[in-house]
Amino acid sequence: MRAVHFCSACGKVQPPVPVDYFSFFGLPRKLNIDHGLLEREFYNLSRKLHPDLYAQADSQEQEWSLEQSSQLNDAYRTLKDPIKRTQYLLRLEGVELEEQSKTATEKARVTGEVKKQVVPPDLLEEVFDLNLQLEELRMNQKTGEDDPELTGELEARKAEFEQKYAGLFEELKGCWSQWDKLVDAGNEAGRATVRDKMVDLLNRRNYIRNLVRDVNEALGN
Amino acid sequence: MSERIVGIDLGTTNSLVAHMQGGAPVVIPGEDGLNLLPSVVALGRNDQIVVGNPARKYLIETPECAVYSIKRLMGRGIEDVQDELKLFPFHLAEDLRPEEVLGIKLGEKTFTPPEISAFILRQLKRNAERYFGSGITKAVITVPAYFNDAQRQATKDAGRIAGLEVLRLVNEPTAASLAYGLDKKQNGIVAVYDLGGGTFDISILKLHDGIFEVIATNGDTHLGGDDIDNLLITIALDDIRGDLGMDLRRNGEAVQAIRQAVIDAKVALSSQPSAKLDLGLPGGKRYQREITRGQFEQLVQPVINRTVGPCRQAMKDAGLKPEQIDEVVLVGGSTRIPKVRQLVQELFQRVPHTDLNPDEVVALGAAVQANILSGGSEATENMLLLDVTPLSLGIEVAGGVTDKIILRNSTIPASATQHYTTQVDGQANVAIHVLQGERELAKDCRSLARFDLKGIPPMAAGLPRIEVRFLIDANGILNVTAREQRSGKEAEISVQPSYGLTDNQVESMILDSFDYAEEDFRERQLIEARNEAETIRSALEKGRKNQAWQQLANDERKKIDKLEKALRTAQTEEDYQAIRKAIEGLNQATFRLAELMMDTAVASVLKGKTIDQAYLGEGPAAPRPAAKADSK
Repeated sequence: MRAVHFCSACGKVQPPVPVDYFSFFGLPRKLNIDHGLLEREFYNLSRKLHPDLYAQADSQEQEWSLEQSSQLNDAYRTLKDPIKRTQYLLRLEGVELEEQSKTATEKARVTGEVKKQVVPPDLLEEVFDLNLQLEELRMNQKTGEDDPELTGELEARKAEFEQKYAGLFEELKGCWSQWDKLVDAGNEAGRATVRDKMVDLLNRRNYIRNLVRDVNEALGN
Repeated sequence: MSERIVGIDLGTTNSLVAHMQGGAPVVIPGEDGLNLLPSVVALGRNDQIVVGNPARKYLIETPECAVYSIKRLMGRGIEDVQDELKLFPFHLAEDLRPEEVLGIKLGEKTFTPPEISAFILRQLKRNAERYFGSGITKAVITVPAYFNDAQRQATKDAGRIAGLEVLRLVNEPTAASLAYGLDKKQNGIVAVYDLGGGTFDISILKLHDGIFEVIATNGDTHLGGDDIDNLLITIALDDIRGDLGMDLRRNGEAVQAIRQAVIDAKVALSSQPSAKLDLGLPGGKRYQREITRGQFEQLVQPVINRTVGPCRQAMKDAGLKPEQIDEVVLVGGSTRIPKVRQLVQELFQRVPHTDLNPDEVVALGAAVQANILSGGSEATENMLLLDVTPLSLGIEVAGGVTDKIILRNSTIPASATQHYTTQVDGQANVAIHVLQGERELAKDCRSLARFDLKGIPPMAAGLPRIEVRFLIDANGILNVTAREQRSGKEAEISVQPSYGLTDNQVESMILDSFDYAEEDFRERQLIEARNEAETIRSALEKGRKNQAWQQLANDERKKIDKLEKALRTAQTEEDYQAIRKAIEGLNQATFRLAELMMDTAVASVLKGKTIDQAYLGEGPAAPRPAAKADSK
């Protein structure tokens, strides 16, 4: 169902109703989105809701327009980005994502405390090796020693991780299509499986992104 | 017709006011006929506030009573401005505390930066009122895109103090793109490079069927032509110390004279291979030096190179490579420097547009936006500006870390919701520290405000669920609301704006400002109307002695006498509109007299002239528009 944002007869802004971002655009909760269509719809709604159109209106209409257009912008910003869109949908499905604790991640990064983060089991060995190398590099940097071989290895590992990172995105795309089909088929049980898969992919992706960032920082990139 | 809204460019060096005339924006000139109003304010004799060109002489004669580049201090605290103080002769009030609004001394009086900006705005308002012959109370004011919340709020406060309802703050490069896009009407990606007197902005926009969507913006609110001037001044002062043995660094008067001389040289070097500095110094000595363009370019290179980082970051944020940018537009006086143009060309791999007057394009764009806000016209039909917030908005979380809740380059209005709870049983207050900036630690970000959520109903620790909503409006200014969700109670928020003025302070400044206003609009209108009445009556006096008077019918003469008497009565009263009506009546009645007074050969050409014009040419006192401003 699509939320009503403006009066179809007079074109004026209506009071905002609390709806999710998909409903705001009148879209089903699917993950493949036609970007051109979304952008056109965003522009069309902006032309109806933006505060510029209500600069001379009464304060009630101004307030509605401010609320409505901020919702519009928030919704568009979330839906146009595929990762944000997936995260948002998962949250609507009641999933608490790792990404949501980004505050904890940032804090751990700054304070140097170890953040409780589950290492994906298949990455365990690689991450262990990587951490040893990073440790070595930091030691070298402290003593002023230069080890081009180590740097080279780290660069190579980083490239590997970056490739994995890109691969995860491709996998995620596969999930979207599965999800969308299941939504069309009204298959609830199947959706739970895909949902859990997507949560796993996003967590890994997040984990690898942090690894790449750590390597970059250590290498002074 | 809805009320007229003007567009104002409140610049570091110059300020302008513009409006939409027919299908094109035009700058409204001042009484002196000039489009640019220097952003200089001085306190003259009898505590009279002087603004613009007349204020410039005070910079040299009584520098302690004058101030320029006040924009650099808007929304800033004492701890931010230490660098500026080394380079600019600001006379700050004593006993200023950190995170508090600054006080600037003009002679014995102290003003806040918004009040000083308000003097400039009031002058622009007066210029517009003279031009239109009617009151102006609404405006769109431009700000650097990279201005933070405190700087924006300070600008809005300045508008209020000047008696203007600020309908919108528009980012300067975005405004420029509106003026630019009005002519071009095309789709594509445009980069606006705006290097002004004191600020630098880069904005990248997507133009799509009248929608101007900002994709990314970046900048430096303390980078501009002023920095170049300061480099040249330092060299001159060193020269004078070395060659002439005079240390003028503490001599405000001499430094101002040098400043003017180096600015002239800088401007000359944009069109000439070399420029001469030649000025008299205290004690009868002269300082003379030639600067070649090569020397100048070498000197300014580090300053203009500081624009490269923001440009690259903006492109990165927009996800664009230089070759994907279709057009580059130059804005701001400093983009006249050939070296700047060369840098832009290399950076974007494209010859930048220079067909718009870089001093005026921002004001023209503000006028376009003002027209859109007033309901639009044929020229602005379908035009809509979608701007972004330049800096991320965050809150301080445990460990002094910034948690970003609205990221930079988010389209505004934008919002974010955060949930809070209590840490001890029965806790009634929660403190929230709002930050703006990209850095990870709270101490490296800009403190916007400290909010106290008060009156939380007594509950066990962790039970209350307080929802706080952060909303950035279309001006880029933050609004906060809070609600305790379990009790449904609207939580009370007390705001302590950092660096800003409270509402009460602004209100009292509005009252104070009347003390400094020359005379209000109504009073001025009255004076002008009375002057005009005098003019027409004295013209009539002469007309009665002309033989043409005898050619009029008796009735006609009686009618004129009656109307003149009515005008004389109106003149003694306080209603300027009644005087204007009486003038109009007398004008109508004396058309034939005016015609008869003319030589019959030219009478047909001069048809429709009024009696005072028949004698005196164009009436001098009428508040009619000056020559149409050049829209180039």
